[in-house]
Amino acid sequence: MPVMTMRDALNLALKEELARDSSVFLMGEEVAEYQGAYKVTRGLLEEFGPKRVIDTPITELGFAGLGVGAAMAGLRPIIEFMTFNFSILATDQIINSAAKMRYMSGGQFKIPIVFRGPGGSAYQVSSQHSQALESWFAYFPGLKVVMPSTPADAKGLLKSAIRDDDPVIFIEQERMYGMKGEVPEDADFTIPLGVGEVKREGTDATIIARSLMVPTALQAADQLEKEGISCEVIDPRTIRPLDINLIIESIKKTNRAVVAEESHPFASVGAEISAQIAEHVFDYLDAPVKRVSGADVPMPYAKNLEQMAIPDVAHIVAAVKEVSYV
Amino acid sequence: MSSQPTERSSRSKNSPASSAGVLERPEEPSAQLNEDRDTLVKIFHQMLLIRRFEEKCAESYSLGKIGGFCHLYIGQEAVGVGAISALRPDDYVLTSYREHGQAIAKGISPEAVMAELYGKADGCSHGKGGSMHLFDADVNFFGGHAIVGGQIPLATGVAFASKYKETDQVTLCFFGEAAVNQGAFHESLNMAQLWKLPCIYICENNMYGMGTSLQRAMSSQNVASKARAYELASESVDGMDVLKMREATQRAIKRAREESLPTLIEALTYRYMGHSMSDPGKYRTRAEIEKYQERDPIKVFTKTLKDNGFLSDSDIAEIEAQIKDEVEKAVHFADESPLPDSKELYTDVYANPIN
Repeated sequence: MPVMTMRDALNLALKEELARDSSVFLMGEEVAEYQGAYKVTRGLLEEFGPKRVIDTPITELGFAGLGVGAAMAGLRPIIEFMTFNFSILATDQIINSAAKMRYMSGGQFKIPIVFRGPGGSAYQVSSQHSQALESWFAYFPGLKVVMPSTPADAKGLLKSAIRDDDPVIFIEQERMYGMKGEVPEDADFTIPLGVGEVKREGTDATIIARSLMVPTALQAADQLEKEGISCEVIDPRTIRPLDINLIIESIKKTNRAVVAEESHPFASVGAEISAQIAEHVFDYLDAPVKRVSGADVPMPYAKNLEQMAIPDVAHIVAAVKEVSYV
Repeated sequence: MSSQPTERSSRSKNSPASSAGVLERPEEPSAQLNEDRDTLVKIFHQMLLIRRFEEKCAESYSLGKIGGFCHLYIGQEAVGVGAISALRPDDYVLTSYREHGQAIAKGISPEAVMAELYGKADGCSHGKGGSMHLFDADVNFFGGHAIVGGQIPLATGVAFASKYKETDQVTLCFFGEAAVNQGAFHESLNMAQLWKLPCIYICENNMYGMGTSLQRAMSSQNVASKARAYELASESVDGMDVLKMREATQRAIKRAREESLPTLIEALTYRYMGHSMSDPGKYRTRAEIEKYQERDPIKVFTKTLKDNGFLSDSDIAEIEAQIKDEVEKAVHFADESPLPDSKELYTDVYANPIN
């Protein structure tokens, strides 16, 4: 299997799906001539032309809504947000139109659209450009939310998202575009939405992590292994639908759980996962669930403060030790 | 307000003291009656059907048979009927929450609309949308949308899809003048002209956004002129004259179908009822409403048809009787239709149920 970056794996998924289905088009700020602000769309304009790879004005509400309308009329739009921070301007169309159209029309309209782009923390871009917004979108029935943590998952999940008949929020981690991994070349390789993966097997504690927190949790698990604690790392990959059974089965085995996430703790996806763990496997737990989250503050600019605001290996190691009473 | 840099419109000069609009406009010659009798009678029938349907809705609402919000179209019938009469059946319509009349004009049966208002299983959205969310994919009625201006980017996207698929379908997008102050309007007009999309934006300027008059909400009150900022074709039309509405829409459709260009039409109109059924309308006078009712679109069109020998009093009585029957049938259908099955609560959320 070839080794490629997350960026190139996403690019390959877009390329294969644009080639596969002429109703798929890609639209967003700087996606075409500029080749993508993060180069995820590099080369696509040249290969597919300006009809299908479209630069937009800076008008997020407008082109998000245009995408939903185009989906109502039978197309399969991929709408890129330069970063998910800008999706905040488009939330009316994502929430009030995309998420609800099938339901409020009594099932007459499907909205096969993907809203994708980078999210989470970046490098010293401060409060308005470093936000984890997945809990917002995951809140709404009608939306699916996907967050890949490896290049192979990125490719397989993005292809599934594009082929899906429901609106999908696909959040890539800005710091992970350069991360490398093996990626299947097969154009039919997909990963179903709603199916998580055990990223590392273990017996003593379960760490549930997504996106950037997966490699962080794996490093923490390596470190803890040396101290005699065997961790299982689970990546749900899709936030909604959530593969809660995979999490439940792991906790039945390890009896301890840590939920790691970049987002703010209050009303986060980690809070939801913790609640579901309590509902399903309370009696299996040997310690209360421990959450590791980003600091409950807007993201600061200063490098030292920014580092403190994002969960790291040490935070996860400490949390696992806490639930293990060591 | 004399310092206001407007180019047109006695309205702006008269504002803010006067809330007058339509009647203050210089009188224009009536549209030419160059249509066949069947077309004219069909238009008349549709306007009157919508009027009687809406009157019945008010009654049913008072009886508690219709719930939630209910926004009536009485007074504005000429806008929706005139514009939609110019479409082909395969063209698209998207609109706001004041859409019962437009839904009927586009071809949804009064039965299916009334059943939806009653929250019944046979409603055009199977009881899940209600008054503000009428849909029928079979007649390309792509919805009533209830966030002010929300349908404008959607309609732009439907027009984008027609161009992408290289069909010559056009999209009509209705919204009130209050939506013009939303970013969605401006973002959409910019994209539509930039990408040359076959979308026709029809602003139904009834001069009130709920209880706030145009004068209190819009710095420059000439809606049609706003198209100039985006180099879009536009015109202002007497929205109380159904044939003028039809002709303006025909011009816009020609531009959309033949040149793939958008148009903004400002239809000057007036709603007689409150914003919704819960609005007592204390922000305007009885006299103001009566002034507009003198130029009632149905009254005006009836006179035109009678003066030109297309309809006699007995023809009109016959049409009234037919419509009474149609509305009664709609109510009967809605009454008889079952409530949605309780299992429908969880259907239509996703293509396939999740977890």
